[in-house]
Amino acid sequence: MSESIGPTARHSTPAVNAAAGRPLLELRDLDTDIALRRGTVHALDGVSLEVAPGQTLGVVGESGSGKTMTALSIMGLLPPGGRVTGGQILFEGRDLRSLPPDEVRRIRGVRMGMVFQDPLTSLNPTIRIGAQVAEPLRVHKRVGRAEARDRAIETLRRVGMPRPERIVDNYPHELSGGMRQRVAIAMALVCSPSLLIADEPTTALDVTTQRQILELIDDLREEFGMAVILVTHDLGVIAGRADRVAVMYAGRVVETAATEQLFHAPRHRYTEALMRALPESAIRESGGHDRLISIPGLPPDLSGPLTGCRFAPRCSYVSDECRTTDPSLVPGAHQHACLHPVPTPTVAVSGPVPAQVEPAAESVTAAPPERAERPVLSVRNLVKNYPVHGRGLLRRTAGQVSAVADVSFEVRPGETFGLVGESGCGKSTVGRLSVGLEQASAGQIVLDGTDLTDLTGRERRRMHRQVQLMFQDSYAAMNPRMRVDAILAEPLEIQKVGDSAARQARITTLLDQVGLPRRALERYPHEFSGGQLQRIGLARSLALRPRLIVGDEPVSALDVSIQAQVLNLMRDLQRELGLAYIFISHDLSVVDYMADRIGVMYLGKLVEIGPARDVVRAARHPYTQALVDAVPSITPDRAATRDGTTIRGELPSALDPPTGCRFRTRCPHAADICTTEPPLVGGLHQVACHLPLRPEPTSTPTPVQAFG
Amino acid sequence: MSTLSEAVGPAEPNDAPPRGLWRQGLTVFCENRLALVGLGLFVLLAGVCFLGPLVYHTDQVHTDLTAVHLAPGEQGHPLGTDGVGYDQLGRLMLGGQTSIIVGLAAGVLATIVGTLLGAIAGFFGGWVDAAVMRVVDAMMSIPSLFLFMLLAAIVTPSAPMLILIIGAFAWLGPARLVRGEALTLRSREYVQAMRGMGGTGGRAVRRHIIPNAIGTVIVNATFQVADAILYVAYLSFLGLGIPPPAANWGGMLSDGLADTYSGHWWLLYPPGIAIILIVLAFNFIGDGLRDAFEVRLRRR
Repeated sequence: MSESIGPTARHSTPAVNAAAGRPLLELRDLDTDIALRRGTVHALDGVSLEVAPGQTLGVVGESGSGKTMTALSIMGLLPPGGRVTGGQILFEGRDLRSLPPDEVRRIRGVRMGMVFQDPLTSLNPTIRIGAQVAEPLRVHKRVGRAEARDRAIETLRRVGMPRPERIVDNYPHELSGGMRQRVAIAMALVCSPSLLIADEPTTALDVTTQRQILELIDDLREEFGMAVILVTHDLGVIAGRADRVAVMYAGRVVETAATEQLFHAPRHRYTEALMRALPESAIRESGGHDRLISIPGLPPDLSGPLTGCRFAPRCSYVSDECRTTDPSLVPGAHQHACLHPVPTPTVAVSGPVPAQVEPAAESVTAAPPERAERPVLSVRNLVKNYPVHGRGLLRRTAGQVSAVADVSFEVRPGETFGLVGESGCGKSTVGRLSVGLEQASAGQIVLDGTDLTDLTGRERRRMHRQVQLMFQDSYAAMNPRMRVDAILAEPLEIQKVGDSAARQARITTLLDQVGLPRRALERYPHEFSGGQLQRIGLARSLALRPRLIVGDEPVSALDVSIQAQVLNLMRDLQRELGLAYIFISHDLSVVDYMADRIGVMYLGKLVEIGPARDVVRAARHPYTQALVDAVPSITPDRAATRDGTTIRGELPSALDPPTGCRFRTRCPHAADICTTEPPLVGGLHQVACHLPLRPEPTSTPTPVQAFG
Repeated sequence: MSTLSEAVGPAEPNDAPPRGLWRQGLTVFCENRLALVGLGLFVLLAGVCFLGPLVYHTDQVHTDLTAVHLAPGEQGHPLGTDGVGYDQLGRLMLGGQTSIIVGLAAGVLATIVGTLLGAIAGFFGGWVDAAVMRVVDAMMSIPSLFLFMLLAAIVTPSAPMLILIIGAFAWLGPARLVRGEALTLRSREYVQAMRGMGGTGGRAVRRHIIPNAIGTVIVNATFQVADAILYVAYLSFLGLGIPPPAANWGGMLSDGLADTYSGHWWLLYPPGIAIILIVLAFNFIGDGLRDAFEVRLRRR
């Protein structure tokens, strides 16, 4: 790289840096403003961070905390109107803000690399992979076409891309999400940068892929002695990977410490609250019976003047002092900006529960549903195939995608049935079939004694009263031109329930139930935050008093603290109204917290089904085990004791699924017998595997405490 | 359980009755200065055309060959007279009546028909779509002027007939536009959600597809009105418009074209400016209406 950098920049080889032991990148009191039409948002306010060569710095925070703005400020990629207004960005001791633009451009282009969240939108769909990966080389190093191609192939090989010689000539749409993210990483690495900034690199990926990508970043960091800044909202991702962690809230760093120290003994009340809001914490502390400890309210609006501690309005330890004085970071190895920090550093995360917790009136799992009761929903041998049309005039059917293949399960009244699996496994299709949004290709869906598959007209409409869908993105699921009152009234109008006065009364009750003020009625969806929209979405699904609600990733788009609010609400309403849920999610820890029983799907097949705790803690199918292992956890010991049951590779195409056991192509234990299809067998805890990891416990089905 | 006090604006009484939908929209419309200007302009033009003749009496039936091509101001004709002796100002009022009625009615007719058919075709797809869109393609492939001529030759042109004829061809544009919108809108999750409640396709089109395509529709409708006024002009130019002594702005303009080189500017500019003003007025109104329907622009 040195030939393109001026002779003054000689002192920048990684070896020199490591010897000097000083930070590669240091931010000092960085202020960033974003000018919008309605005023200026102070996105960053005095952010100070540092990262040394070979180190991983984790930057964690909820949406709007400024973590992405920090990354973009470093890279000079702020959105229109964005400007760094104060402080220093020191890269190897030189301030990027005072260097000449050419020099800065070279440093940012060659010495730093950035990986973005969405690998689909960060790659240009019209340019071949090879050309995209080599672009930085061609721009900054003026490398010839042939050499650039060779370097691209080499870099792709390093990021673990199979057959890189062929991939370079492909276009982005021909690759899967995980592969695209590898390409994005290759792009960032092709100039051998000394700093890699990864902004939510795995948020759009499945857990098993996430694990592969995180491991790849780790390996590359060791191999090249790079410094890595890992920006994420996921505490679990940070816990396993970072050396140091900086927690951000409302444009400030509120706490920074070595990873282990931070997770064992957080000092700032926000960090503590954030960790407690994870379903994982609730399960560890109480076995999942208690309500989650949510953080009330929303983060502050950064466009106005703020006095005092920015977390004060949501903090349960707040005092008058917090509202008036602005705490600064206490210097030292473990810095925090809190006037009332968590007292003794020896208290672990699982310390005494503060008074804020509202104890659950009665636990859901403590009173297991009556076995004799007729199930709300009974799915039998459900099959859904989508025909794939060939090209040409006649569009002959060229094949079919097997989205759901022979799935059977039951949901009992008042029960939560969790459905987990990676994207493309068919879990959402099962949900859509269950609410009658799609027609099954074969099999039965029996809802409250009547089979959905042979209903007609009127009966069909009435059926929708029994079961309702709750969407992942409630904003997309609401007509932006309808006010909340019209949105909530819509199901009642369609089903012709009551007159307009009765509907109005029902709507008001619903709002009260989900904890929203009445004035929300005359507002439009865009005026609400994600958590509030999810409440409105839940209210709408409740409008017809259904017996079953199918939640398709209902909290996946929410921040941890808001997620806790919504999950608590869902549980409260379940208890109050005797609802049954089908809870579809890719997030095993959330499903673990919510569900009574869990079904695990892989490529259209239900591979394991059983009581939630057994499935998560004593998985019998190798795929379930791999999923469990891949879930990032904030418990550092768990992160450390991961065994080797990771699965490699990609989900096979559902157009031509493997014969026999569909998982056998990726299974570490696959044997000859796996070419025949395994049936789903067992009592309460069934598994579809010829070589299950554990036998089903023969005695009473008590949960096995494997870890925790 | 937390509430949304920070997010949903300043404190209001919790159980104040929801404000009316139309009033909120009207507020936004009135905030748009140009829209108000457009509305004012339209009211002014329509007022002059429809109420003017009550005050300003002229003979628009009998020609007066003794007073041909009088310049403005001569012999008590403020805007002069035309080639057959009609008072130009009076003629402008009379012509404006036809132009506004035909333009507005044909534009609205075309927009309504086009929006409905386009939304239905786009939403339901399949053979419905194929049928509607093939009709659109077929009609578009024939030059509309040729069809107008044919039709006008068969039927006797009158104002209602002109509305029907222009409407019958002008719906093609909005139909295509709205179909395109409907194709993307039908896969939106709120349509799925509505289906999950047991709603029918008709409801989806009525409550979800059309309201969300309204921005496109409204803007297009203002062009439709302007186009319809010009179509009347074309037909008059070809001699297929409403026969004299009736008048319309487009016809007056095309008659005036013959006088371009004879210096009779008062036969050319007034109808031309009138057409420009009315088209502009409709465009401003359309802009304001689009904003009024765009709920995301509503401030608290």
